[in-house]
Amino acid sequence: MLAVQPVVLLSDLLIFALVAALILFFVQLARDPLARGRWRSVFVSRIGSAAFLVILFYVLMALLDSLHYREPLPAIATSGSVAEPASETMTEPVVHYSQEVKSVLDAVLAGLHGQDETTYSEPFSIYSFARENQTSDDGNVVRAFPRLAHAGSHLQEGDSVAADVWQRSLKSVLTGVAIMAALVILHWQWRLRCTAQGCGLKSDDMGAVLPWKTIYITLGVLVVGACWVLELGQYYHILGTDKVGQDVLYQGLKAIRTGVLIGTLATLLTLPLAILLGISAGYFRGWVDDLVQYVYTTLSSIPGILLIAASVLLIDVYIETHPEQFQLTTERADFKFLALCFILGMTSWTGLCRLLRAETLKVSQLDYVQAARAFGVRHGRIIGRHILPNVTHLILIALVLDFSGFVLAEAVLSYIGVGVDPSMASWGNMINEARAELSREPVVWWSVAAAFVLMFILVLAANLFADKVRDAFDPRSAG
Amino acid sequence: MSLLTVRDLTIELPALVNARQAQRQPMVNGISFSIDAGEILALVGESGSGKSLTALAILRLLPDTLSITGGVIELAGDNLFERTERQMNAVRGYRAAMIFQEPQSALNPVQTLLQQIGEVLVLHKGLTGAALKTAVINLLEEVGIPDPRQRLSWYPHQLSGGQKQRVMIAMALACEPELLVADEPTTALDVTIQKQILDLLNQIRRARKLGVLLITHDMGVVSEMADRVAVMRHGEILEYRPGDEFFVSPQHEYSRQLIHSLPRRDFRQPLTTPEPLLTVEGLKVWFPQRHGVLQRVVGHTRAVDGVSFQIHKGETLALVGESGSGKSTVGRAILALEPLYAGCITFDGQRIDQLSQAEFRAYRKRIQVIFQDPFSSMNPRMTIREILAEGMISLGLADDHQQREAKLQTLLLRVGMAVEHLDRYPHEFSGGQRQRIAIARAIAVEPDLIICDEPTSALDVSIRGQVLALLQELQQEMGLSYLFITHDLSIIPHLAHRVAVMSQGVLVEQGECASVMNQPQDSYTQALLAAAPVICTGL
Amino acid sequence: MLAYIIRRLLYAVPILVGVNVLTFALFFVVNSPDQMALVQLGDKHIDPQAVEQWKVQRGYDKPLFINDRDDSQGLLTDTIFFDKSMRLFVLDFGKSDEGRAIGDDIQQRMWPSLAVALPTFIVGLTVNIAFALFVVMFRASLFDTAAMVACVVLMSISGVFYVFAGQYFFAKTWNLVPISGYLAGIDAVRFLILPVIIGVISGIGGGTRLYRTLFLEEANKDYVRTARAKGVPELTVLFRHILPNGLIPILTSVVVVIPSLFMGSLLTESFFGIPGLGSYTLDAIQAQDFAIVRSMVFLGSVLYIIGLILTDISYTLVDPRVRLS
Repeated sequence: MLAVQPVVLLSDLLIFALVAALILFFVQLARDPLARGRWRSVFVSRIGSAAFLVILFYVLMALLDSLHYREPLPAIATSGSVAEPASETMTEPVVHYSQEVKSVLDAVLAGLHGQDETTYSEPFSIYSFARENQTSDDGNVVRAFPRLAHAGSHLQEGDSVAADVWQRSLKSVLTGVAIMAALVILHWQWRLRCTAQGCGLKSDDMGAVLPWKTIYITLGVLVVGACWVLELGQYYHILGTDKVGQDVLYQGLKAIRTGVLIGTLATLLTLPLAILLGISAGYFRGWVDDLVQYVYTTLSSIPGILLIAASVLLIDVYIETHPEQFQLTTERADFKFLALCFILGMTSWTGLCRLLRAETLKVSQLDYVQAARAFGVRHGRIIGRHILPNVTHLILIALVLDFSGFVLAEAVLSYIGVGVDPSMASWGNMINEARAELSREPVVWWSVAAAFVLMFILVLAANLFADKVRDAFDPRSAG
Repeated sequence: MSLLTVRDLTIELPALVNARQAQRQPMVNGISFSIDAGEILALVGESGSGKSLTALAILRLLPDTLSITGGVIELAGDNLFERTERQMNAVRGYRAAMIFQEPQSALNPVQTLLQQIGEVLVLHKGLTGAALKTAVINLLEEVGIPDPRQRLSWYPHQLSGGQKQRVMIAMALACEPELLVADEPTTALDVTIQKQILDLLNQIRRARKLGVLLITHDMGVVSEMADRVAVMRHGEILEYRPGDEFFVSPQHEYSRQLIHSLPRRDFRQPLTTPEPLLTVEGLKVWFPQRHGVLQRVVGHTRAVDGVSFQIHKGETLALVGESGSGKSTVGRAILALEPLYAGCITFDGQRIDQLSQAEFRAYRKRIQVIFQDPFSSMNPRMTIREILAEGMISLGLADDHQQREAKLQTLLLRVGMAVEHLDRYPHEFSGGQRQRIAIARAIAVEPDLIICDEPTSALDVSIRGQVLALLQELQQEMGLSYLFITHDLSIIPHLAHRVAVMSQGVLVEQGECASVMNQPQDSYTQALLAAAPVICTGL
Repeated sequence: MLAYIIRRLLYAVPILVGVNVLTFALFFVVNSPDQMALVQLGDKHIDPQAVEQWKVQRGYDKPLFINDRDDSQGLLTDTIFFDKSMRLFVLDFGKSDEGRAIGDDIQQRMWPSLAVALPTFIVGLTVNIAFALFVVMFRASLFDTAAMVACVVLMSISGVFYVFAGQYFFAKTWNLVPISGYLAGIDAVRFLILPVIIGVISGIGGGTRLYRTLFLEEANKDYVRTARAKGVPELTVLFRHILPNGLIPILTSVVVVIPSLFMGSLLTESFFGIPGLGSYTLDAIQAQDFAIVRSMVFLGSVLYIIGLILTDISYTLVDPRVRLS
């Protein structure tokens, strides 16, 4: 019998399919010498490598957060007394599972999760942010800041919070550095052995040019940061708590999955339409071209955000009228989330389609396509062998550029109330909730700040990476 | 004292630009030469020899990625490298001017002729108003632009290629410089226009005692223009001598190779028993011009307007014409890549112009094509094996894998490449090698007729001869027929059995090679032949 | 030229019909007129007659796209779609589901929209071009690299953050301007400063970077080398040769949004509580007022198509090489 019941959400399936597809894509790319050379120039640059590692870290978090399960509830011993005796054939106790869907990330972050306070508290504070009526020892009722239930509960009255934080920080940072040092030494050894044995031309091909120092440093920062969070998260709310007392850092980290998924899924959903229609229009011309142009002019003439907002509200209506399809809150949120990705994808394929059409028009005039036609090669094959591989750079550039756009869009959409489900952790929702508290005195800044910083790091890494990819793949990009 | 003296000029690609290249790469390696007033020095070399960099270095216009690391350039005794950038601006356009290869892109597209030419005069002579206008009009007149007064407010795109180059020259001459640097000034132009521009340059340098540095790769141009010749290769000057001496007794092996790379003018004899393979009658390719609200067809651009000719088995027909004459469109029409407006094409006794795409497939393996640009004629993402096999697979030849592999190897060896090249990609090869692969691709399906669309015009002269020789060998072995589309008259005599001359969509003259080239009947053919530069080797 | 414009206008008709079909289809896929009536009337008194009455009053009692009850004549015309969308073509927007005249609302609310959008557009464009030119002046230097890094950083910050920071510092901490709201007349200026500044700042990163690329592309062209060979000083080359050529793609690419400025910005207006068309639309979406959404989508499309035509015309004005045909 399984200890836990795995739950597979639709978006989980998609993200793993996506990772598999990406790996396949890279394997495929390794065959193409031109593409390989270009990718190399992306990773040789320090910024490219560092940005890629950061993105990878985010993706890893998203993947961990996509392995969902439900924990079994403790068996209720007395259950048999009321309703169960009828089913005597059942010898095994029926296991009931919690309504709460957890993920592997929750398990990793167990120290942060499930230590809820009652309301706001500042980062590293061991007192609540709001005064409460308290009965003091002598029986008087005073309004004071109560101690938090979890944060700093190990501290005695009078212990210095700062000293404790410093001490634990030092310990965790040292752990992180030690782990990193071990990794670096192992890798160094492995590389030495590799060069000594001359194993695989490919590995030294790439290994010799990668900026290892930057990679080590980036990785080191990530590892040390993770250690620090895991260690201190057990004792404090590193980024405080929100209105209902939830750990802000935990929420922010949970929102990574939403951000990463919305970026990738929405981007990938734009691809099939854009590629199919763009290339057909450019290659076949004539009425196909007219039709495709008509479709994308029509779509792009509708103000994009209007279309998105209207569609999202329609999804809401659909969910309201079909409650029977969504048993768990998580499932409902997941459906809405996928719908949002779909809508974002459907409303933003026109740009890439236009680019692909123009490029295909150009490529299909090139001599090698003409030569293929002179050999009587069929249309499908010409598109597959000659056109598509030679417009891939555009697709790739659009892919990485759109990603950050969608991550940012999620925040804005949630802000105007047409984003992901409020029950889903997302940066947009965090900002949206904090919006009402802006006028509060003193200001509750940590929730917003956490969302912005986590979002900023991802978007910045994606933008820098996109920049490098574009420099490497776009023949036009200057300087 | 010489007008321009270049001593030990060295131009390098700094090491820091590319971390993987630890050493500095010399692009130009310690060259020296000088030019006197009124003299033309031709700096000759093939692509990548460093000749254009030398030209740019004189005016200190090199791109930022390159740096001058040694040497001295003196203009009338005045060291140009010691000048500040500001002082240098007083030299550029005033004492030394430059014209470039592509008049198309070298002129500012959004400025009128008056603005562009006037800018130099305002800058260096402070002319304004009416005086400026008169000066510009006189300049345009001098370089032979008709109606200069009206054309002052014209934009570059309203001029033809030759006229644009004239405007460039006018701009260069505006302040009566002592030195003119001309970087391949006629390469982008048709041969008749080239002749006019060269004549103009010659006339001006005599009238003004102008020293000219003429950068070119065309030995014909060198022979007609140069007082002195410097041959450049890999950033070094191999030979530096007076022009007449150079052509009579070249010293360096490479110079000899350059001179003799020009095909001799002995004519190929026509076939004794001609047997028709391809007959084209009254071929018209018209493109509709649409106009008005409803986009009705109001007229046609007549790219090809009634062309008739015949190619016999084992014969080469050269189709000669300048850019825009419609000669490439004829080739594309025969390949059914362009719809016909009217006319009839017969191949081996069968009409092929009315066949559907599917029916035409049978003829695809019999009619093949080789394109001009070896860099765009092969998909950069396919290996040579895939490129060569594509046609064979598509047309259902050599379905058996081993048979095909064997054939691919034979093909590559036949065109002078090696078997291990099969798994490489096009970008790993030079232009000449790529053109060999393109030839192998065409003969892979064993065609009867190959349409060669300017197959050698993108190649350096020394490579050109080899590729032409290969084509002729293959013709002998396989009994191929060629429709050889070209603008280059110099390669025709040795190559073609017969010649057809095309101008503005129609054939003005056709006939046996010797008769057309020696006694041209049509005035256009005569002009074309007269314009082609020839080498007087004195032999 | 005239023929060209007429042809483009004719081409706009099928596009606008397509836009209407799309909005209708989208809206009625999950929503039926009955549900609309229920939402509008409030769920409490579910009286079939009231629903029916509501539908008749607002013209929702007909079939959506195809009227198969009617033989021949009214097959396509006697439908909700035909009724509602045909009127739009003569800019008769009709009444909102609440009963207000949409046309009046639009006329009233487009001025605040324009008051925010136009200054943001003009100031933003000027600032971006100026910055880009400045960066190009120092191209391939450390300053260039630093500026580009700064641009990427600015681009990576969420627009919502700029709004937050702006409102917090300018309005709350320093009390320079009101946090949000709007007053007509000259008082508007006080309310407009912040949205305009935020709008400009949030666009600087992307704009400067894009324009720099366009200018650099021009800077690498042959005619720039020709100008240098003429002895033109570097600064003059930049302003007299690179700038006019680089401006062509910039100007022509922004022309398309000019008509849409009337629509205002959905986001800015809702953040700053400006009663323009943007917030009007957003409110309508949230209230599921289909009549307003439909009108705004249609208006947006019309303005976009006008923008496209203006783009083509602007090409002929700024680029001597382009002729319309």
